[in-house]
Amino acid sequence: MSTTRLIEFRDALREGMSEEMRRDPSVFLMGEEVAQYQGAYKVSRGMLQEFGPQRVIDTPISESGFAGLGIGAAMMGLRPIIEFMSWSFSLVAADQILNNAPKMLYMSGGQFKVPIVYRGNNGAGGQLGSTHSWSVESMYANVPGLKIAIPFDPYDAKGLIKTAIRDDNPVFFLESERLLSVKGDVPEAEYLIPLGQATVRRTGSDCTIVSFGRPLYFCMEAAETLASDGIDCEVIDGRTIRPLDIETIVRSVCKTNCCVVVDQSWPFASIAAEVAAQVHERCFDDLDHHVVRVHSDDVPPAYAYNLEQEMLPNARKICEAVRTVTYNA
Amino acid sequence: MPVRTVLSTNIEYISILDEHGAFDAKLGKDLISDEDVVKLYEHMIVCRRFDEIAFKLQRSGRMGTYPENRGQEAASLGAVYALRKDDWLVPCYRENPGLFWRGLPMEYILLHWMGDERGNQIPDGLYMTPQAIPIGTQMLHAVGLAWAGKYRGEDRIACTFFGDGATSEGDCHEALNFAANLDLPVVFVCQNNGWAISVPAKIQCSAPTIAQRGLAYGMECVQCDGNDIFAMVKVVRDAAELARRSHRPTFIEAVTYRLGDHTTADDARRYRDSAEVEMWKKRDPLIRLRKYLVDRNQWDNEKEQILQADAKEQVAAAVKRAEEIAAPSTTDMFDFLYAQLPDQLRIQRATLRTASLGQDPSQLEGGIEASRQQGIEETVSEPGLP
Ligand SMILES: Cc1ncc(C[n+]2csc(CCOP(=O)(O)OP(=O)(O)O)c2C)c(N)n1
Ligand SMILES: [Mg+2]
Repeated sequence: MSTTRLIEFRDALREGMSEEMRRDPSVFLMGEEVAQYQGAYKVSRGMLQEFGPQRVIDTPISESGFAGLGIGAAMMGLRPIIEFMSWSFSLVAADQILNNAPKMLYMSGGQFKVPIVYRGNNGAGGQLGSTHSWSVESMYANVPGLKIAIPFDPYDAKGLIKTAIRDDNPVFFLESERLLSVKGDVPEAEYLIPLGQATVRRTGSDCTIVSFGRPLYFCMEAAETLASDGIDCEVIDGRTIRPLDIETIVRSVCKTNCCVVVDQSWPFASIAAEVAAQVHERCFDDLDHHVVRVHSDDVPPAYAYNLEQEMLPNARKICEAVRTVTYNA
Repeated sequence: MPVRTVLSTNIEYISILDEHGAFDAKLGKDLISDEDVVKLYEHMIVCRRFDEIAFKLQRSGRMGTYPENRGQEAASLGAVYALRKDDWLVPCYRENPGLFWRGLPMEYILLHWMGDERGNQIPDGLYMTPQAIPIGTQMLHAVGLAWAGKYRGEDRIACTFFGDGATSEGDCHEALNFAANLDLPVVFVCQNNGWAISVPAKIQCSAPTIAQRGLAYGMECVQCDGNDIFAMVKVVRDAAELARRSHRPTFIEAVTYRLGDHTTADDARRYRDSAEVEMWKKRDPLIRLRKYLVDRNQWDNEKEQILQADAKEQVAAAVKRAEEIAAPSTTDMFDFLYAQLPDQLRIQRATLRTASLGQDPSQLEGGIEASRQQGIEETVSEPGLP
């Protein structure tokens, strides 16, 4: 009998990292404020005490620096976990994370693997303003050679981070500051969640809603509202963006015959655009309506509370999209 | 309160064998055995020949753009000679002499510039990373390799090479700062060859030396004559010893000169003075080393002729090997993209259709499972220090 505990998202992340560090001496955690301060968002609380300053390392404010140092360490067979305080700050490390990490194995003809995890907060954090509220997934997912995971709840956070650390490729792990205090059941026993395996968060027969990460909460909220109007939605959590589990999505769309994709990044050349394109390619004859996408508005993230709420994908926009594709508008 | 001086310092310039062939016997004592000086000279001649032929290959359309190393042979060669065989080399593109000395077959560099990725498939045991073309990014990898070595309790160090232009990049400064603050065994070798394409070094750095950039980060720094193989061996050996002993990095500014164009795509006559080039031709590292050997009766015309003929042959053989390698097969472009190829790419690899049409698993005979058997290695990582 496996027992579970109700723990916070941040604790699940820490448990995942700590278990991997106990299991494998080649894993270490490096980033700004991860050690003494116990993590800017307390994700690494207690890790310095357990693993010591050799394996939990505070860095200078130097994102390109530790992003690149991690690559060198990974080339030598270590498994760095590199924390970006926010993925917004990964922009100054773009060459290292996009031009070096995902290409090293390729360009060296298989000589240098880069088993590195870059992780941190992604997406609107709650009135952090335009420069600190990046959703990087659409921009970064365009690059071959990397993987992107985007956990929904504490259970997934732990299962996915453990797999990400064991993966032999660069994995970008996108957490949401807004979810770090969310609680969920997490088993005592060890488990892993493979990268590239979507999960169905809610089964339904009328419309498929696909999303990743935090916007899934808005999807679940919308699904409840729609259920009371007699529209039965199936909500799919992609869990990873690269690789994308298109098969699970296709199966669902073949059943519901319509699809809405919800994505917290901007509409132009986005994850949702990609999912929509693939659904059209694979389910053309099964669709009763073209796929409709719900995004953040095509503007820099707003600072004001009410504008930020309106700018993000939200339940109202999702409901409207579902009503459109199911001809209930 | 009176004004106090909180720091005053000086930067040393090391020269042992100068351009006229004068040798500082005290500094140069027991630095390199007589036998090895000959070998190093011979190696430099082979590298000079390599450059000449590589240039011609590009001009005759048999190779892509190539950056000549001409005039800078002593810098990387002296550095690599001074290091241990298992110290990491983290180069950019003007270190051929050092890489060849370590054991990289010459055809690898030709393959690389012919546009064949297999030129970067460094043979095991050479402890070098592929040439970095994005300027300055490799310096951080050297810092990471050194960090990993220290983490694992090894006494291997990392030596990275970069140009004067690279010292303006943020990655350079982040690398120096990390190496100094985290006590990492890194030797930073800046080949100040006077130019970054058409931009003179003074536009990259208005301080009197580039070496003092290291000082700002709290590490040892030194300037040396980069065309003097003895000076290079001395400063790198000292730096390597410090790194191995105390995990402290050193910044070395090797003052040298790019005798050729930036690359074969450039014509340096458009922006630099021929008088400057003529002056530096007299400081050629090969000329002074030959004089050194001749003065000591270790070299003569006959030996030179034999060597030139041998260099010609060695390089011709390397060109032959590079040109004889069969072109990569189309599916090769999917290899080594991931440690294990994801299913969608497997399908695309098998169908070679545009992603938009090549993603339906029903197109695959035997489905995805069959494609997984197609000779693409699966890797499972085991925990533990490698
Ligand atoms: C990040 C980046 N910016 C610009 C370039 C284009 N570029 C290639 S070589 C070069 C000059 C480099 O000069 P330096 O570092 O002095 O090296 P050198 O070529 O003189 O050996 C430039 C600007 C590049 N490759 N990478
Ligand atoms: Mg230069």
